Amino acid sequence: MTATPSSASAALPDFMRRDRAWHPPAFAPGYKTTVLRSPKCALLSLDQGPGEKTGPVFQASMLHELDNDLVSNYAAATGSKGLAIGERIIVHGRVTDECGRPVPRTLLEVWQANAGGRYRHKKDTYLAPLDPNFGGCGRTMTDENGRYFFRTVKPGAYPWPNHGSDWRPAHIHFSVFGEAFAQRLISQLYFEGDPLIPLCPIVNTIKDAAAIERLVAKLDMGEQRPFDALVYRFDIVLRGRQQTFFENKREGM
Amino acid sequence: MPVEYLKETPSQTAGPYVHIGTLPSHAGLPVRQNETLNVVEAPGEKIVVEGIVLDGSGAPVKDAMLELYQANAKGEVGDATIWARAGAVFETGEWRFDTIRPGALEWRGGKMQAPHLTLLIFARGINIHLHTRMYFPEDEAAQASDPALNRIEQIHRRRTLVAEKVKDGHYRFVIRLQGDQETVFFDM
Ligand SMILES: [Fe+3]
Repeated sequence: MTATPSSASAALPDFMRRDRAWHPPAFAPGYKTTVLRSPKCALLSLDQGPGEKTGPVFQASMLHELDNDLVSNYAAATGSKGLAIGERIIVHGRVTDECGRPVPRTLLEVWQANAGGRYRHKKDTYLAPLDPNFGGCGRTMTDENGRYFFRTVKPGAYPWPNHGSDWRPAHIHFSVFGEAFAQRLISQLYFEGDPLIPLCPIVNTIKDAAAIERLVAKLDMGEQRPFDALVYRFDIVLRGRQQTFFENKREGM
Repeated sequence: MPVEYLKETPSQTAGPYVHIGTLPSHAGLPVRQNETLNVVEAPGEKIVVEGIVLDGSGAPVKDAMLELYQANAKGEVGDATIWARAGAVFETGEWRFDTIRPGALEWRGGKMQAPHLTLLIFARGINIHLHTRMYFPEDEAAQASDPALNRIEQIHRRRTLVAEKVKDGHYRFVIRLQGDQETVFFDM
């Protein structure tokens, strides 16, 4: 791997500032765990340096061919010939930045509960059964146009202790890197039409209804796989770099 | 009417089961057992950085997941091999990175920064990841002119970003989410 000399990365354009009022606040008491885990001091605003304007680069060669197929990847890894149980779906979309530029070759990681709402995790003790053919772990990389897709089963809703038994809407957790550490993002994807979305204290940490809407994947009947799988469309937007015509502007000018 | 841009996808908590997708063997999945993401293999002086994240009651955040990004030994970034990820041990909340000592990284306008590690913290109850830095206790001279440390108006809070030396090449960094020693977190 070759490193970028920092003199070159120091000259990279800055990212536009993150709109912290659009993201959920750290302290959101409707989601009780935030109460003791939210910093009380204001975040320290600082310009970006080379360490914020670059980030780790992942190679497609690290991916296994079944990494983006949660229907079969766990079974294959454990030597089973089976497939995951549940409603077969494909999720696809584009990763762009706030200026609409595609974000190519970026790593997208996903994790989720099985069709019954149970995670394959040491700490999940929900009474719904594990599916012997489902791990709930996948990853993929966007292509040169920022496009991605993965295949899975639709996750089930599950209860969690918050205000007694609250229920999470069906969701897929996702993590995306972008081209710089400043673009790093972890969030959750929900499904169009789920009546649990407006009831969820975690969803409702986000104040703006338009922001919540951006986390809802849309049923894409045009792309359905007949007699096989339903398809959902979900686009992801990462922070945008300021226009390149500022690139040569010298500090202090 | 101002120019309109797309809005960034809003963040949501990584949740208690973040390990399934990011550190599957940590979650107990029998896949990717050979991944050791908390180890950086790169030329330079090997160091160990261990630590813990504490909540506002002083209790360990046992489901935290941390990511590390830093300069290489020559003070360059963008090296694909220098990135790491660690999960807190579920019983104790302790995490650990085996990495290399970073060189001093350039800042803007030709200025220099003191050597540091960038750390992102993800966990249940953290709605958008927290971004902090760890500096080394022996770099006091470089830290006196570090642009990030110098932006911290409350001088006593600068200490929250400096690790404790356990022994040569071994550091401990306690991240406090709240309280009178609350760690400085950045919006960059
Ligand atoms: Fe979840």
